[in-house]
Amino acid sequence: MNVHYIFPFLVVCVMFLISYFLSEAATGFKYLFGVVIPYLAILTFVAGVTYRMMNWAKSAVPFRIPTTAGQQKSLPWIKPNQFDNPSSKFGVLVRMLLEILVFRSLFRNTKFRMSEDAQSSYEMEKWLWLGALVFHWAFLVTLVRHLRFFTEPVPQALMLLESLDGFMQVMLPGLMLSGVALLAAATYLFLRRIFLPQVKYISLSSDYFPLFLIIGIAASGILMRYVPDLKIDVTAAKELSMGLVTLRPTIPEGVDGIFFVHVFMVSALLAYFPFSKLMHLGGIFLSPTRNTTTNTREARHVNPWNYPVKVHTYDEYEDDFREKMIEAGLPVEKE
Amino acid sequence: MNDKKWIVLGLVVFFAIVLFPVWYNRGKAAPAPEVWLSDTAKAAETCVKPLEDIRRNHMHLLDQWRDTVSREGKRVFVAWNDKEYYPGLTTTCLGCHEDKAKFCDRCHNYASVSPYCWDCHINPKEMNYGKK
Ligand code: HEC
Ligand code: HEC
Ligand code: HEC
Repeated sequence: MNVHYIFPFLVVCVMFLISYFLSEAATGFKYLFGVVIPYLAILTFVAGVTYRMMNWAKSAVPFRIPTTAGQQKSLPWIKPNQFDNPSSKFGVLVRMLLEILVFRSLFRNTKFRMSEDAQSSYEMEKWLWLGALVFHWAFLVTLVRHLRFFTEPVPQALMLLESLDGFMQVMLPGLMLSGVALLAAATYLFLRRIFLPQVKYISLSSDYFPLFLIIGIAASGILMRYVPDLKIDVTAAKELSMGLVTLRPTIPEGVDGIFFVHVFMVSALLAYFPFSKLMHLGGIFLSPTRNTTTNTREARHVNPWNYPVKVHTYDEYEDDFREKMIEAGLPVEKE
Repeated sequence: MNDKKWIVLGLVVFFAIVLFPVWYNRGKAAPAPEVWLSDTAKAAETCVKPLEDIRRNHMHLLDQWRDTVSREGKRVFVAWNDKEYYPGLTTTCLGCHEDKAKFCDRCHNYASVSPYCWDCHINPKEMNYGKK
């Protein structure tokens, strides 16, 4: 047992119970969980993300930080690594795209091992990369699919995505692969944190809390879509979400139960986002080790806010003291 | 630093994407569609399940029907009000809800679902010989 995960787990459980039972208890609470909290959450998200990004924008990035995994461009006969140590803007673009879309630096993840005769070795370790990749892409697809609740008429491209996501055509309503993949990957990322001792050692509540929230969101979504007794009235749910985005909030009849748990947890995630590690969404774009060209040998980088230093050159010095120097027998450059 | 303008631009683009539903819908009200009940349905008064239940769970019911008919060979369904139905998609559902376009499709377009059932099952309205 470990307070770092017990505490966030309890918080998420309490959130579940509160939103479920209060929204069952009175219509006023439905308004709270279905309208007031979502609006507050999105406002917090927008304001918080703006604040964090502008705060980062203010910080100093005077120099290039070539922490790279490739040969820097130097002498013509040494082959540089274009994308791992890019000296051109294009190379940086490719590096950023690879990082953001397929998590290239995570792909390099290795595991340290000491053999019996005290030989150390680094081994390939791709599971974290795979889990993270599945998690993020499944989350994105799930998020985009949800636009069907926020657009009327629903764009054609969205229906295409849905039919791709549900191409297995099992169960009714049709099984969406991204939702299951999201839940599975988030669960894996959580289990990894409690079963690998080294990872457990460095995991804090702020690592577990978002994971539990996301697991809760995915689980509540899956429950209210596939489980007959928990199934919600989807048409009514869309009326509610359309009310939110058209700024005509309503609580239609027929929305109840787990739907409010789902919405409450999503709101919590949104509001928590700017103040947590989740800000890596914006942070990755601002990582100097990823987004700067490594041209430290080609160009001189002068700290742009160096204040002008008053210098006194030797020439000026000699001008000031020439007579005294000659008197003292010191050599001078100009007689 | 001098990257500020790019960061601001990035933020603006990001929020434009996040708030896509707001500017896409332009505040147009989008209430749930009215479904059309045929005279046959009105005469029957109730569906094969209570209203709340059929609204939420008709896909599960169809799934069960499909299995009971095609796997177990049972071709009778006893409803909650003790009425007996043939568990069939075209015959029964569309027998009462005669106009798929004005009933099923209205809801489904709103919720953006397009059941693939109609790849095989027919909608009598669309068949010439369905009309007398
Ligand atoms: C009250 C609105 C409404 C009406 C009327 C309606 N449906 Fe649905 N139907 C839905 C919603 C909403 C879903 C999707 C549920 C979800 O996404 O979880 C759905 C899903 C389905 C599905 C599962 C599709 C899939 O791939 O997931 C089938 C099959 C289906 N409906 C059949 C019918 C038939 C047949 C009729 C007409 C007799 C009908 N429905 C009328 C609202 C309605
Ligand atoms: C005996 C005629 C009859 C049959 C058969 C029938 N329905 Fe209904 N259905 C009705 C009636 C009548 C209503 C309206 C019930 C009410 O308003 O209380 C209704 C309502 C519905 C609704 C809810 C519409 C709304 O107002 O939101 C759905 C969805 C639905 N039916 C789907 C189906 C499906 C799917 C089948 C086949 C499994 C089916 N029905 C079979 C008569 C029928
Ligand atoms: C690949 C073609 C195909 C598709 C797609 C298909 N079905 Fe069927 N369905 C059949 C066949 C064949 C039967 C058997 C008919 C029989 O035995 O009377 C059947 C039977 C059924 C039956 C029971 C008998 C009857 O008369 O309706 C139901 C209910 C049913 N299907 C529902 C569905 C639903 C709901 C969907 C969409 C989610 C669907 N089917 C998609 C081919 C299909």
